[in-house]
Amino acid sequence: MLITLKHTTSGQIASALLRHRRAQGASGLVFTLVVVAEERHYAKVLEACIEAGREHPSRILIVVRGRSTKSVLDAEILSGEGVPGSVITLRMSGELADHGESVVLPLLLPDSPVVVWWPNSSPDKPADDPIGALATRRITDASGARNPLEALRIRARYHSPGDTDLTWTRLTPWRALLAAAVDQYPSRILEATVEAARDNAPAELMSAWLQGRLDVPVSRKNTRGPGITGVRLVTPAGDISVIRDEEGVMAEYRVPGQPKRTVALKRRDINQLITEELRRMDADDIFEDATEVLLKRHRAALRQATAKQPAAPARKRKAHEAPPAETPPPGPDPA
Amino acid sequence: MPVLTNPLRDPQDRRLPRIAGPCVLVIFGVTGDLSRKKLMPAVYDLANRGLLPPGFGLVGFARRDWADQDFAKQVHDSVKEYARTPFREEVWRQLLEGIRFVPGEFGDDAAFETLKNTILELDQARGTGGNHAYYLSIPPGFFDDVVGQLRKHGLAGVERGGAWSRVVIEKPFGHDLESARELNRIVSTAFPSESVFRIDHYLGKETVQNMMALRFANQMYEPIWNNNYISHVQITMAEDIGISGRAGYYDGIGAARDVIQNHLIQLMALTAMEEPTSFDAAQLRAEKQKVLAAARPAKNLDLHTARGQYCAGWQGGEQVLGYLQEDGVRADSTTETYAAIRIDIDNRRWAGVPFYLRTAKRMPRRVTEIALSFKRAPHLPFTDTDTEELGTNALVMRIQPDEGITTRFGAKVPGTQMEIREVSMDFAYGGAFTESSPEAYERLILDVLLGDPPLFPQHEEVELSWQILDPILDHWANSGVKPEGYASGTWGPRSSADMLARDGFTWRRP
Repeated sequence: MLITLKHTTSGQIASALLRHRRAQGASGLVFTLVVVAEERHYAKVLEACIEAGREHPSRILIVVRGRSTKSVLDAEILSGEGVPGSVITLRMSGELADHGESVVLPLLLPDSPVVVWWPNSSPDKPADDPIGALATRRITDASGARNPLEALRIRARYHSPGDTDLTWTRLTPWRALLAAAVDQYPSRILEATVEAARDNAPAELMSAWLQGRLDVPVSRKNTRGPGITGVRLVTPAGDISVIRDEEGVMAEYRVPGQPKRTVALKRRDINQLITEELRRMDADDIFEDATEVLLKRHRAALRQATAKQPAAPARKRKAHEAPPAETPPPGPDPA
Repeated sequence: MPVLTNPLRDPQDRRLPRIAGPCVLVIFGVTGDLSRKKLMPAVYDLANRGLLPPGFGLVGFARRDWADQDFAKQVHDSVKEYARTPFREEVWRQLLEGIRFVPGEFGDDAAFETLKNTILELDQARGTGGNHAYYLSIPPGFFDDVVGQLRKHGLAGVERGGAWSRVVIEKPFGHDLESARELNRIVSTAFPSESVFRIDHYLGKETVQNMMALRFANQMYEPIWNNNYISHVQITMAEDIGISGRAGYYDGIGAARDVIQNHLIQLMALTAMEEPTSFDAAQLRAEKQKVLAAARPAKNLDLHTARGQYCAGWQGGEQVLGYLQEDGVRADSTTETYAAIRIDIDNRRWAGVPFYLRTAKRMPRRVTEIALSFKRAPHLPFTDTDTEELGTNALVMRIQPDEGITTRFGAKVPGTQMEIREVSMDFAYGGAFTESSPEAYERLILDVLLGDPPLFPQHEEVELSWQILDPILDHWANSGVKPEGYASGTWGPRSSADMLARDGFTWRRP
């Protein structure tokens, strides 16, 4: 890389040198991120990886399954030129593609954490997947599946410590606001409502979190969306509520006895989500608790449905992974 | 009634940030540089990171004929120019609702009455519930007026129904022990000591916490952190700029009062203190006060202090003026722009280990660091020529501009012969962690709004550091000797090198 500075001072030269060193990530890569992606989504995934790498200098291994039936491994190494750390694309095909871990294992950075991210479809049991088993942190995204709500329930059923789903990450700004509201107005909460588009996975997870934490009934109300449009916590003096507008940008924030206020609550893009996710290398117990409640709520809902219509055929389909060809690309935040 | 805990919070849930409660931040001296370049961008950055409450008011007070929207425009411009995080329209809309401006002079009763009404209006409209923080970004000479007005108009010290009022003041905290006490007296007429936040903007909380983590989260440093292994400590804060138009403030104050009293002595205390039993405000302060009480200037101040004044020359490729030629500086000024002192700490851990503190303007580059120099190994099983290029080991905590840690040690030069040379191993905070270090001001403002003061010095610490510095300042004033000149863009006057040479050391080139 050639840096040319004209009409400069030693201070500017020093900071350019510093920037260069930072950009190269020579100051130490902190973990290896393995991304298991599909060829169709490769460009988008690569962009998210480079973006996340800016805040998390790391070695990034993108594992892509090729179409050829012969066992072939093609690799591309991207480093320098605005790429933090290094990004290595591994295209595997044929029988080799079923043994991706044998390619990944020797390329992991020594003595540092390993994170696996499935931006679209993911195995039912991430921790048992050969590549997933190499990692201490496994990140899935139920919204990338054909039926996000069903995918989220599968995540919940087969959860193991270190797993998180981006559905949970999407809730963080909402959860932070609600916790702050209850900080300011510490009152007994009688019940809660989560308003969102029908069958919205983040809304179900939010309901589960609230029910687990508050130990009160949490109901769902269907709205036109997008994503979650509001949360109400009922207290004896009135509602604590955060209601988001139709553009999904600003929200109205109400606490009993205080004037209505607006607050920025924009849906975040995939780069921001993965960046938040990479901040934690330890297991997320709160997420685990919420997934347990999610399953409990689902079972209760099924029991209620069967009690009402004893003759109706069981609606619940057996949990199968959505076929990869049907999955949408990693999209913006549906929360 | 039992205290209600928030069921939505859990210590395990570390994704949830602490968001300040609804409050109003009133900035006095809002047209100043500091306010434009640091305070307002920091407020925006906090809002952008979702750490400001939905009910937040920002009130500017200054001698300008402005309406709210003129002030809002200034905030907008300074945010666009200086904020660390990208500009987002929705965050700006959230902030804009709470922005107000009050024009007036500090002596003007009517203006403070307007200020009071503005704040009360915000309390109603924004639900800020009587929580007010006053940021005095003004020269200390005006503190008396402003604090007096706040008290007179019932804006300060009224704690009713859990509402708080806090005041933020900036260094310098006086110019000697006596004036520091006077300043404290003025402020304490209206605010109890736990409501006074003294901000040293050089010393971000991030830095302090990084040092605490290095020293007390690791096993491998603490055993060697004492006079068995360390020969001396050098704490440096060098600036590459001159006084840049601040003659009115700087002349008569000088480098020692400006930087050593607060910044360097704080860094020394953090380096030298014992492990606090916990990191809450009282414990941390107790340890710092203990070590400051054990610290004293070197016995012979002629031999172990140095001061200088920069002369005209070239600094980093630019031709620059000497201090005495700067606008607004008296031609016979004896104000020092370079100050170096030795401090000894009389306790078991540090007896015999000198701490050298130096600060200066117009140095070759901008750097702040703490360097622990180790003693030589007691025996070297090599020939003298093998170790010719081996210095002593050092552990350097770099504070700015490239926050990190450097270890210097000897390593063999590759090849057939045995030759040992110094090498460095570097760690940079910026590179290895995900969240880019938040600007010091963001942390400081957030701590003020949360009422979380552990790292702000209280007046006892301020007074202890003046007790260390006062004898040196008196000695310099009474010596009748002018500060020694040094060429701009060099590492200081001859006498500073001599001062270390007497003890058998040399200054590191940072």
